[in-house]
Order: sequence, then C-alpha cells, then structure tokens
Amino acid sequence: MGLRVGIETIAARAVGSISRAAGRGGGTTLPGKLLWKVDPGTVDALAARLPLGVALVSATNGKTTTAAMAARILGEEHKLAWNRAGANLLSGIASALVSERGAELGLFEVDEGALPEAAARMRPRVLALSNLFRDQLDRYGELELVAERWREAVASLPVETTLVVNADDPVVAGLADERARVLRFGVDDPRHARTALQHAADSKYCIRCGTPYEYAAAYVGHLGDYRCPACEHARPPLDVAARRIELRGLIASRFRLETPAGAVEIELALPGLYNVYNATAAASLSISLGASLSEVRAGLEAFSAAFGRFERIPTGGKTVVMLLVKNPAGANEVLRTLETGVPPVLVIALNDAIADGQDVSWIWDVDFEPVLEHAGQVVATGERAAELGLRLAYGGLSEDRLEVEPSLERALDRGLELIDAGTELVVLPTYTAMLALREILTARGLVRPYWEGERR
Amino acid sequence: MRISVGHLYPGYLNIYADRGNIAVLARRAALRGHGLDVRPVGVGDPFDSNAYHLLYIGGGQDREQALIAPDLVDKGEAIRSAHSAGVAVLAVCGGYQLLGRGYRGRDGSFMGGVGLFPLETVAGTTRMIGDVLLECELDPGEPHRLAGFENHAGRTLLDRGATPLGRVVHGFGNDGESGFEGCRSGRALGTYLHGPLLPRNPWLADWLLAQALAHATGEEAQPLEPLDDELAAEAFRVSAERARKRGGQR
Repeated sequence: MGLRVGIETIAARAVGSISRAAGRGGGTTLPGKLLWKVDPGTVDALAARLPLGVALVSATNGKTTTAAMAARILGEEHKLAWNRAGANLLSGIASALVSERGAELGLFEVDEGALPEAAARMRPRVLALSNLFRDQLDRYGELELVAERWREAVASLPVETTLVVNADDPVVAGLADERARVLRFGVDDPRHARTALQHAADSKYCIRCGTPYEYAAAYVGHLGDYRCPACEHARPPLDVAARRIELRGLIASRFRLETPAGAVEIELALPGLYNVYNATAAASLSISLGASLSEVRAGLEAFSAAFGRFERIPTGGKTVVMLLVKNPAGANEVLRTLETGVPPVLVIALNDAIADGQDVSWIWDVDFEPVLEHAGQVVATGERAAELGLRLAYGGLSEDRLEVEPSLERALDRGLELIDAGTELVVLPTYTAMLALREILTARGLVRPYWEGERR
Repeated sequence: MRISVGHLYPGYLNIYADRGNIAVLARRAALRGHGLDVRPVGVGDPFDSNAYHLLYIGGGQDREQALIAPDLVDKGEAIRSAHSAGVAVLAVCGGYQLLGRGYRGRDGSFMGGVGLFPLETVAGTTRMIGDVLLECELDPGEPHRLAGFENHAGRTLLDRGATPLGRVVHGFGNDGESGFEGCRSGRALGTYLHGPLLPRNPWLADWLLAQALAHATGEEAQPLEPLDDELAAEAFRVSAERARKRGGQR
C-alpha cells in the first residue's frame, strides 16, 4: 500500500477508537466517513489488498441477516472485514476495511442504491442479490429504478465474478441471464405457499412481455415459482434449494438444504420463511466462496440473529422479543410468524425519520388483519403512533383493544405491564424506533451496545 | 343505500397504499348505514358508465402505469360520460396524471390520458417528495385543510380557468411553482396527495361519500352525520406539523 493509504488509515482508526471511547454510537461509520471524504480511492486500494477478495450482499430485505449468517459460516476459517452493524453505504464499508487489520476476506452488505459504486470499486469475487420489494419510495424511488441501478452494477462486474441470485424473484433472477458464473437459489416447498399473491406483491408482471405471471407457489411477496402464460418466461432451475421446510412460529425453523455438493438438514434458531431465504442466500454465497456443506451447516446452526432484526431481551422475569419491520414485504413476513400463535399483547412502533421512510403510507400495504383478529391488546407507539392507530382501527382492531402512546419508553413499559410474568412481549419497531428502544434497554443494562456484537 | 365503487386497475395502481382510501370509504359508509360495493375494473374489462356512483384510481410505478395506459384511454369516453353524468371521482398521483390530457416525457414523447381533468403533465428532472399541507374550499364558506405526502417527478399544469383542489400551505403541489395542488372538476377530484389521503382527512372521505350518494339518489349532496374522529385529528396534526417543518424541500 502507498504511504497515503497508510497514514489515512491510521488516522481513521484513531477516530474510530475516539468515537467509541466517547460513547457516540459505536463509531461504526465515523472513521469511514472521514476516509471516504479524504480519499474515496482508499476503499478500492484496501479492498484490492484482501487476499481472498470481496463478497457483496444486497437486497431490499434480509441483507443484514444474510451477511451476518455468511460471516458466521466463513468467519471460522477466514479473518473477515465485515460491516456487522449494518452501516451499508460506502463510508460504512470503508470503516470495516480500516478497522479489520489483517483481514483476508471482505464481506459487505450494501445499500441497494450504493451497489453500482460498491461493485465498481471493489470488483467482488461474489455478488449475492436476494430480492427487490417496494421500500421507502421517498428514499429509494420506484423498484424499477433500483433494478436499473442493479443492472448497471452487474454490467460493470468482471467476467470472473460469480453472481448469486434468488431465482424466485423474476427481476433479480433476470440479472443473471447474461452471466457466465451464476448460482441460483430458491425455495421449493409448496406447502408454505400463500393461497394468493399478497397485496404488496410487486414484480408480478412478466419482465419480458408484461403478462401477469402464474404462480405454482408464491412464498414471500412476489417471490416464488412463477411462469408467464404468454411467453413462457419462468423461474429458472434452482442450483441451491430449501426444501421440506418446517416453521415453528416465533421459535425456529428447519429445512433441507440441497446443493450441487449434496444435501444437509439445517436447524435454524430463527423464525419465518424469510429467514429460510436468508439462510439459503448465505449458504449459496458461502458455497461459491468454497465453504463446505459442514461449514455451512455449522455456521447457520450457530447463528442467533443479526443486530436488532430478531432479539430476545430478558427484563425482570419477562422477555422482550423485538422484530424489525421496515416495509410491507418484510412486515408481512414478520406478522406471518405470529399467525400460528398470536401474542396476547403487541407493541408496534412507527417512526418516520429518513431511515424509517418519511412516507408512512406503507403501513396500509401491510396485512395486519390476520393478526389483529386474534390480538388481545395492541399498543401503537412512535412518532406516528396516531397514524398507526388509525391503520389498526380501520384494520378491525376495536377501540378497547387499541392504546395509542407516542412515547416509546412508556409504550414499552405499558406492554410489559400488560403481560404475565414469565411470558414474552412482542415488539415490532421500525428502524429508528428499534435503535431508540435498544437504547432504553441498554440504559437499563439489559442489552449490550451494538458495536460489541451479537448476543450469545 | 348501496354505493357502487369502480376501482380502476387495483392490481397495477396501488403503490401508495391506495387500499387505505378504499378502507376508509367503506368503513365510514358502513357507520352511516350504507354499503360500499367495490368492484375492480381491470385491463380488458368492459366499463359501464352507468354502473358506478364513485370511481377510484390510484398511483402505480411507471412500468405498471405504462401497462394499463392504453386500456384506460380505450375506456376514456365512457369514463368522461360517467363524470358528466355526476359520478364522484378520486384520482391519486399517477391516476390523477392519467385522467388529465396526457403526460409529456423528457424525450418529447406524449402518452395520452382520459382528458377528464383540464390539465397536462410534463416530466421533470427532480422528484418533488415530502409532506404537504393544503387549504381547500370545495363548498363555498366551508374551508378545510388536507395533509398528505407527495412523491412525483411530473409537473402538472392546469389549463387557464381550471380549478385546483387547494392552495399549497407547505409542500410543492402540482408543479412546485404555481402554489396550487390537484384539480377539481365537478364531483371529480385529482391530487398528488397520498399517505394514504383519506384516513387523516376524514372530512374529504365524507365529502366524496356525500357526492356519491347524491349521484345515487339524484338529489343534492347532504352532509353526513359526524363521527368520532379524535385519532384522525391527532394523525392530521402530526402530519401537518411535518409539512410545516419539512414539506417542499428538495
């Protein structure tokens, strides 16, 4: 490395330590921001020095969890540079590159919008793309715009790059059509298909001719086994598939992972079909980097949860179960894990900062109704508590079962007060509400700050 | 009374939670003892201009809008004649643009619309995104406010003499310059405001229902009995405050 890279890196590391010492949000992006500002080319230089190269993960939903799962699989064998706290812009990646001295492999989740630049700068060995859903339209714009940026990113990749794509998403699968090295993954278990496409399903019209797809099975949003009745465009054959899936409510799931190298049964300590997708994506990415099936299995089974996505936090004889919700497709899947055993009390937190999406209309695209039918008491909280309360009331939640409490702390305490000792309180926050709730619980000494990594 | 609603292309135009608007209309009609029969009108479906008391058309992504546009133009004459006969209409975002004369792209292309509203939309270079607050007076002497969220690249230009839905207090509105938002033509309203629009602006939902009932009975529109809208008022307050703080900023 050049002298400049060295000096800037040392300076940036120092800022990271100071930032953490000052207790300011873990310093996960601050040193990177500095480096990124001083000389963006340093990212290219640092990435190029990694002996095993770089793998990138992007998706609307699940990129943090997928990257964390892959880190668990690959981190046993290799020293990783990994943006573990979800700082997924170039500045966050720069920070991870700076702070991991001696890293062999770069593993980064990348914001959908930042993907073209990240791909062009780091020239990844593997690029894993999982799904595109409508998400924070005020921030990302329409799905097609993001898809166009991804096409750009893929077009800039070296021919040696392996593209790992979700075959169940027509737009994402289409990105691999012209590529030489491709691994296609998907879910194959019609017992878990939805009876109909969800309201928020997005890419449901043929990417070639515009005719509505017919689904042999629709699993999550528009993800599934699709075929166009007019032009025959269809889901491509799966190289890696999750089959024989068993979902156990909010507790866990189990599935058979079938790969070109054989099959293996996976016990996942995470709920929901969406996490089976994440695990299958992480497995495919790891396999394309040379991981063995036993490494994949060991990593996935040891994995608990990525930051804030799914956490159980004990508090005074009761447990807070926090599940992040941030867009219709993601929220629908989280709610689906509750359908088999609807909790008696739910706290739902809606904020509208930039990171949550300032446009809160997405809550009307979420299918709350099946859960509201059986819910006991629901506490609506956050900056837009009243808006959320309206959504729930119009969704059929009677007035006596709805409480609107904008203060997150009071809502959390109210929820805890409503549940019995020894039981769980399910909390569904948007991103900044999740951070704020975690902060409240951290102040009470119940969770560790996020830069210290996941709870074991 | 049964109120018949034609929901145009719900499978394609639903990007800004349009079903929220329908849910509000249905619930508020039911609380006054009326039933709402919502029938989807899709590509290739016949459109009977006598079949509905209220028409709803929402917003879609560009790709979806392009997929339905030719079919909508085919239905144009029937939709205009329903409007002339007194059907109430709510058109939001993309649906609002499509009910105008058309959309002029930056490359000079022109996609024709229904021509129900006297306006044209021209593609812009930047999107106008943010919270909006409007002042409206649909019935003389009855001023109201509307709070919503806008997200559009198109600049909508009203013809001389056309009536806007409201005056922009905070936010961009039709084109970011005129100070007007939306368009009104008789019982038809077009707007960029979503959020969705009706939950936190229940007075507008009631206005639309009253117009639909008037069309159904052939009588003058009568105000509906008030409901407890405390939660909606709080949601409106927060939304209006957002518009004051961060509306109309690029």
